[in-house]
Amino acid sequence: MKNSNMPATRSLAVRLAPLGLALALTACAGAGGHPRDPLEPLNRATFAFNETADKYVMRPVAQVYDYAPLPLKVGVGNFFGNIGDVWIGVNNLLQGKFVDGLSDGGRVLVNSTVGMFGLFDIATELGLEKHDEDLGQTLGSWGVGEGPYIVLPFLGPSTLRDSVGLIGDLEADPVWQFKEVAVRNSLSGLRFTHRRASLLGADTTAEQAALDKYGYMRSFYLQYRLNQVYDGQPPRVKDPDDE
Amino acid sequence: MNKIASLLAALALSVGVQFNALAVDATAPDALVKSVTDDVITIVRQDKAIQSGDTRKAVELVETRVLPYFDFAHMTRLAVGKDWKQASAEQKTVLTQEFKTLLVRTYSNALTQYRNQQIDFKPLKAKPEDTDVVVRTEVRQPGAKPVQIDYNLEKLADGWKVYDVLVAGVSLVTNYRDSFGQEVRTGGIDGLIKSLKDKNKQLDATVSAKK
Repeated sequence: MKNSNMPATRSLAVRLAPLGLALALTACAGAGGHPRDPLEPLNRATFAFNETADKYVMRPVAQVYDYAPLPLKVGVGNFFGNIGDVWIGVNNLLQGKFVDGLSDGGRVLVNSTVGMFGLFDIATELGLEKHDEDLGQTLGSWGVGEGPYIVLPFLGPSTLRDSVGLIGDLEADPVWQFKEVAVRNSLSGLRFTHRRASLLGADTTAEQAALDKYGYMRSFYLQYRLNQVYDGQPPRVKDPDDE
Repeated sequence: MNKIASLLAALALSVGVQFNALAVDATAPDALVKSVTDDVITIVRQDKAIQSGDTRKAVELVETRVLPYFDFAHMTRLAVGKDWKQASAEQKTVLTQEFKTLLVRTYSNALTQYRNQQIDFKPLKAKPEDTDVVVRTEVRQPGAKPVQIDYNLEKLADGWKVYDVLVAGVSLVTNYRDSFGQEVRTGGIDGLIKSLKDKNKQLDATVSAKK
């Protein structure tokens, strides 16, 4: 009994360790940099590492995956989308959006049955719209601030709040509940590759658009998350610098 | 009797035509975005060269069909932010020109990746007297969550002009502000101009290399 508990506890500790480090470093960061990025030197190093890993491993793998016929890729996307809808629904309920949460539950029911284990997204065609929620957004909607910007190894841009959210997301992730390591790893690998492949094209655009890709991605992430927390309707402030 | 009827019909028709012409003159912002989008998509759908990644043709399409409806001076001012005030009139012109080149290059390329996505237009929430509005659209594609694209438009003397585009809530314009500010802090306005010019030259080189 004790033994079976060990890996979970340990993995949680391992996942929390970088956050502790990040927090400790936040305290000693100097002034003059980006106000939301006190860990910039560390983040830039992680970013450079991620870029290299992406260039030589993730992107090439995603490019091969992208040769798969579209219906297959759509099926893969729908399958993981369906699995994710359970947690999305929970988060909608946590945010007090009961209609959305019920609709997510309806999506799972419809897609898991009529949609053949989630391979087909029948629910969207029935008018049950797909939502996009996670624990980081829920924390945000409760008023938890983002904290410092953090670049996570392999996973990329995040913030302290979103990293904490991510730990919860992973704990609740059906894929991570598989006892067999091989199944779990294959599924997470496939899901990761699918997501990376869906960003092919957008990544070259970012590459071309940016003067400094690190700063471009940071700004992108922070705006993107704010928009998500407000479900696509962030408060529209008149720009103080726009006269 | 018949004559009168046909006369009335002709009159109604001509009034109708005049009314139409008026309506086009003062095109509503959402109608403007829709007509430009439909226009561009129709062309991209038929153009095999653009679909196979011909950047030069995509740039040409954007320059003729899209640029007239954008206010680049306003976009550049937004991207530069508070440092804009310290730029001379001449620097402002050069900045605007270079930023325009960069945006057109980059996002024309994005057109070559268009693959039959469907674009939905959301009803416009604005009062008739508004001079600054958001036109909301959504790009739908199979197997993925729709992507929200919002256009910020401002009413100027020569009609509505787009001054910002937000993709999934991310402003393509203010996204540059951090890097621009960084450039100005290290090399002044001229430093920023130089970085933009270098970036454009580098993009130009990759485009020519691809050919």
